[in-house]
Amino acid sequence: MLDRFSFKGLSKDLLAGLIFIGFGLAFGHASLNYDLGTALRMGPGYFPLVLAGIIILLGAIILIQSFFAEADETPIGGVPWLALLLVIGALVFFGVTVRGLGLVPSLFITSFMSASASRQTSLLGAALIAVFLTVVSMLIFIWGLGLPLRMFGPWINF
Amino acid sequence: MDLINNLGLGFDVALTLTNILYCFVGVLLGTLVGVLPGIGPTGTVAILLPITFTFEPVTALIMLAGIYYGAQYGGSTSAILINLPGESSSAVTAIDGHQMARQGRAGPALATAAIGSFFAGSVATLLLAIAAPPLTRLALQFGSAEYFSLIVLGLVASVALAHGSIIKALAMIVLGLLFGMVGQDLYSGQPRFTFGYFELYSGINFVSVAVGVFGIAEILRNLEDEKTRTLLVKNVENLWLTKEDWRRIIMPILRATGLGSILGILPGGGHVLASFASYSLEKKLSKNEKEFGRGAIEGVAGPESANNAAAQTSFIPLMTLGIPAHPVMALIIGAFIIHGITPGPNVINDEPALFWGVIASMWIGNLLLVLLNLPLIGIWVKMLTIPYRMLFPAIIAFACIGTFSIGLNAFDIYAIAVMGIVGYVLVKLDCEPAPLLLGFVLGPLLEEHLRRAMIISRGDPMTFLERPISAGLLAVAAIAIILSLLPSIRRKREEVFVEED
Repeated sequence: MLDRFSFKGLSKDLLAGLIFIGFGLAFGHASLNYDLGTALRMGPGYFPLVLAGIIILLGAIILIQSFFAEADETPIGGVPWLALLLVIGALVFFGVTVRGLGLVPSLFITSFMSASASRQTSLLGAALIAVFLTVVSMLIFIWGLGLPLRMFGPWINF
Repeated sequence: MDLINNLGLGFDVALTLTNILYCFVGVLLGTLVGVLPGIGPTGTVAILLPITFTFEPVTALIMLAGIYYGAQYGGSTSAILINLPGESSSAVTAIDGHQMARQGRAGPALATAAIGSFFAGSVATLLLAIAAPPLTRLALQFGSAEYFSLIVLGLVASVALAHGSIIKALAMIVLGLLFGMVGQDLYSGQPRFTFGYFELYSGINFVSVAVGVFGIAEILRNLEDEKTRTLLVKNVENLWLTKEDWRRIIMPILRATGLGSILGILPGGGHVLASFASYSLEKKLSKNEKEFGRGAIEGVAGPESANNAAAQTSFIPLMTLGIPAHPVMALIIGAFIIHGITPGPNVINDEPALFWGVIASMWIGNLLLVLLNLPLIGIWVKMLTIPYRMLFPAIIAFACIGTFSIGLNAFDIYAIAVMGIVGYVLVKLDCEPAPLLLGFVLGPLLEEHLRRAMIISRGDPMTFLERPISAGLLAVAAIAIILSLLPSIRRKREEVFVEED
């Protein structure tokens, strides 16, 4: 019984229920700052508050169901932390540097980071993919579609 | 004879050189992402959407639509050749199609898929052209109460047709609706849930949401467990069908076209349901039921025709009511809005060239797809050898440039990152991302119509039940929920979807 509970402690439904309740509480709490109005003239807080109530209710049902469900579900499985860090990091890096560095260097490093998120890609392989993607993107987006993006930004002096 | 005049106008628009070219680009890209497992049409349309902003509206929509139905064709290729469906609606094709490939009949399997898809796609496009005008006339009588009920029905139906837990799918819809609330309130102008970020005043960029929950979350899922694909068939020879094959596929294609056309209108991935339903139907009707699962050609002909018919008719709610039946349709609504067109019943009258041009382009697109998929099958087989580790950095790079180019706003890129993490966590917990995106797109509309309907009825919520069309729509929504929660139906539903996993 005890080990079943410890397994259940990490079940998908339990986590999903908690996440939905969490979102509901956060949105619900924030909606209270806005004018609720009446059912006739709803204020900006009315509809979000109703939705927050519904999602908390649904989250609670999922949560309660998780205690009674059969323990036959597939495990959550591991998280590829390094890959997650590299992919998300690549996106953030692009956002931070695309104006300053310009498209070419920013995209090159973004592609390099995301390519190395695969365990099957070596550093050299990632660099090659990054060079290829940068060249292709320049051809498609700058030369082909004529997007108004700077290739090299003010942080680099040429 | 209106139909012929309208289609004439449509072909005038669709047959210009630019539009044929972009229709071709669309179906080519669609086939490509359909073939390649790990990239779906939703992510692709989201990434390419910003690029189409510089096009004429009709050209943009022709290309985006092409990506969507092109992916239905392409998905069958990888399902048959490597037993990995490139698109969820092709999952059922893999069962018998891959068995046929193992028996050295990959050619006839691919040909059957293409012929069935072409026939079904053409018929369903004609249905779309016939059904659209009367439906828009009905829709023009809709008031806010009807629209509110219609959106509720659309959201609920997307749940009933999704697989997995219904409660979770409902919660995903509500979460999407809540994300849709971010930004300035329509009536009072008050910023909501913006945390003081000025960038959020106009709401979370919906391209960021789509790229995040479909593109990035999917990439992270795939990186959990990297596998190398093995290609069973290196060369496909002999695409011809025997007389016996023809005899066996005609009825399944006809039945599946009808079934798919009806199910495609339903919101929420009707094309996936259509292919599963058609497979079960053919299995039941077949004299040699035992052959199913061991390479029955009917098991390829039915589902492939059904999903293509459904892909075409799922444009009906979009074009007539402005309600998306599929996440890709939700993105196409975004494309309409960005081009300054409000999707809905007025499009057919205000922009007849656009409306009929897009419909006519679907025929051209379906024809191009047959040419692309049969004689050029060798190229797609080669494409399957591109490893995923080279593909996903390209997806990320294109997503970054595309999203940034919309508003030259770095905030939209950070939104992708956040939505990617949220999407990844929820998908990992068996929550489907499609209802979230539909909720996100429809949230503001739902709130607007609710508030307007309540003002018109002077605060009486009974208005939704007193107006007959509104009451009817809500009743259907309630029945859909109750039915999908009933234990017996639930078991059936799980059986239908079990083969997908």
